[in-house]
Amino acid sequence: MVPNHRRVAALPPLLTAALRPLPLAPLQPALALALRAVLRRHPRVLARLGGHAGRRFGLDPTDLPFAFVLEPRPPAPRIAAVRRLPRRGLDVRIAGPIRALIGMADGSLDGDALFFSRDLVVEGDMAAAVALRNAIEGDGVDLIRDLAAALGPLAPPAERLLRGGLGLLERLARSGAGEEARAWS
Amino acid sequence: MELICPAGTPAALRVAVDAGADAVYCGYADETNARNFPGLNFSRAEMREGVAYAHRRGAKVLVAVNTFPRAGAVGPWRRAVDDAVQAGADALILADIGLLDYAARTHPGQRLHVSVQAAAANPDSVRFYVEAFGVKRVVLPRVLTVAEIAAVARAVAPCETEVFVFGGLCVMAEGRCSLSSYATGQSPNMNGVCSPASHVAYRERADGLVSRLGGFTINTFGRGEAAGYPTLCKGRFRTGPATGYLFEDPVSLDAAALLPALREAGVAALKIEGRQRGRAYVEGVVRAFREALSALEEGRPFVSPGLLSLTEGQSTTQGAYRKAWR
Repeated sequence: MVPNHRRVAALPPLLTAALRPLPLAPLQPALALALRAVLRRHPRVLARLGGHAGRRFGLDPTDLPFAFVLEPRPPAPRIAAVRRLPRRGLDVRIAGPIRALIGMADGSLDGDALFFSRDLVVEGDMAAAVALRNAIEGDGVDLIRDLAAALGPLAPPAERLLRGGLGLLERLARSGAGEEARAWS
Repeated sequence: MELICPAGTPAALRVAVDAGADAVYCGYADETNARNFPGLNFSRAEMREGVAYAHRRGAKVLVAVNTFPRAGAVGPWRRAVDDAVQAGADALILADIGLLDYAARTHPGQRLHVSVQAAAANPDSVRFYVEAFGVKRVVLPRVLTVAEIAAVARAVAPCETEVFVFGGLCVMAEGRCSLSSYATGQSPNMNGVCSPASHVAYRERADGLVSRLGGFTINTFGRGEAAGYPTLCKGRFRTGPATGYLFEDPVSLDAAALLPALREAGVAALKIEGRQRGRAYVEGVVRAFREALSALEEGRPFVSPGLLSLTEGQSTTQGAYRKAWR
C-alpha cells in the first residue's frame, strides 16, 4: 500500500468553529459578484461545460462551516452559500479543504493530484465533475485575478490583498496541522 | 532531444509553451483524438489561436487525430486532418492507415507522425509507415526496453523516434487494448476515451474510497492510501486466495533518470503524458524536464525532478524501460 501524502492542510478546527455563528446572508452578494466576474472574463467556460451546465454542483469546503451550490445554467448562472449541502437534488459533490478548492479554481493545484492524495472527494456525476474542472482549467480561470479584475483600476492592490489573504489561510492551515501533529506525538 | 508536452486546453498550451516546451500536442474536442474527455480539447478557433501563440514563441504544435475512424463514417477524422493542416499544425499524429493514406495524398507537404496508438513496435512496422506514407517520426509504445528502443531507432533512421518519459502509464499495446470496452462499451481506440467519466462512480465508505467502472467495483483505497485512475488495468482484483493488482499498480512513468540512456539510444523526442491534467501539472512537469534536459546538455549533474506529488498513486516506475520481470 502506498501511503498518501496530503498536499493541502485544512484550517484549524478552532477557526472553523469561530466562523460557525457568522450569518451567510452577507456572503451571498459577494458570491454573485464573484461568479459574474469570472464568467465575464471567461465566457468560454459555459461553452466547455456544454450540457453539463444544467447540473447542480455541491462544493463543500470541509474546513469551513458552510458550503456552496453552483448552478451554472445560462442565462442565469448562480451560486448560493448554504449551511450544509442538501442530501437530494445535487448531481455532483466536490469536497476538500478550502485551499484545495481555491487551488483548483486559480490553477495553482492539479485536480487529479488532489484526488490521488485524497485531498479531494468527488461523488455523483463524474462526467459533469470532469467537465467543470476542464472548463475552469481550459480558459485559464484564476479566481483571485478574476475577482480583483472586477474592481477596475483597483485590481492590482486588490489582487495583492486577496493573495495575501490566501497566504494567511495557508499559514493558518499549516500551523493547525502542526498543532494537530504535536497533539498526536 | 525535443520536449513534447501535453495541452488539453488552450490555457495548458500557453502554460506548456511558456514553461519551455519545444512542441505541444493537442486535439479537437471530439472523438477524433484519444483524450476525448468532457470539457477538454480545442475548438477549431482555439486551435488556430493556439498554433499562433506557440509559433510566436518558437514552439511547434502537433495535432493528434489518433483514434480509428468508424467504418463508413470517416468524415469527422478527415475534417480534423484538413482543419489541423489549415490551422498550421507542424505535424499530425495519426494511427489509422486509412487516415494516414488520406493525409499523405491530400496534404503531401504535411509532416506526419505515427501515434503510439498504432503500436508500431518493430522496425518492419515503422518502415511500412515510412515507405507507404512518408512519416517522419514514430511514437513508440510503452512496452520496449531502452535497448530495444535503441535497436529500433538505429534500424529506422532517418525516421525519428519519440518516447514517453513521464505521466500516466499504459502497459497494454496501445490501440489494441479493449479492456475499457468490456466494462463501458467505449475505448480509447474508437471513442477516444479509456474508462469514460460517465461510467465512473466513487463512493466514500467507512473502509475507504470505492471506485466503480461500468458497474464493476475495481478498487477500494484504504483510508491512508493514495488513489489511482479508475481503469481496469489498474484494478485490484480478488483471485482465489489473494487480492492484488493483476496487471499494473496505480503508478506513473518517470524516466527522468534514463534521459542520458535515451539520448544514447538515438531518441529524437521525449513526450510527457497528461492532456487531461491541469495547468499546475503541465507547468510543474514541463519546467522540471526542461531543467533536466538543460542539465544533460550542459553536462551538469542530474537532479531528480521531484514530481511525486503529481503522480498517480503517488508512486513512480520506469516501466518497461527497465523490465525487471524478464
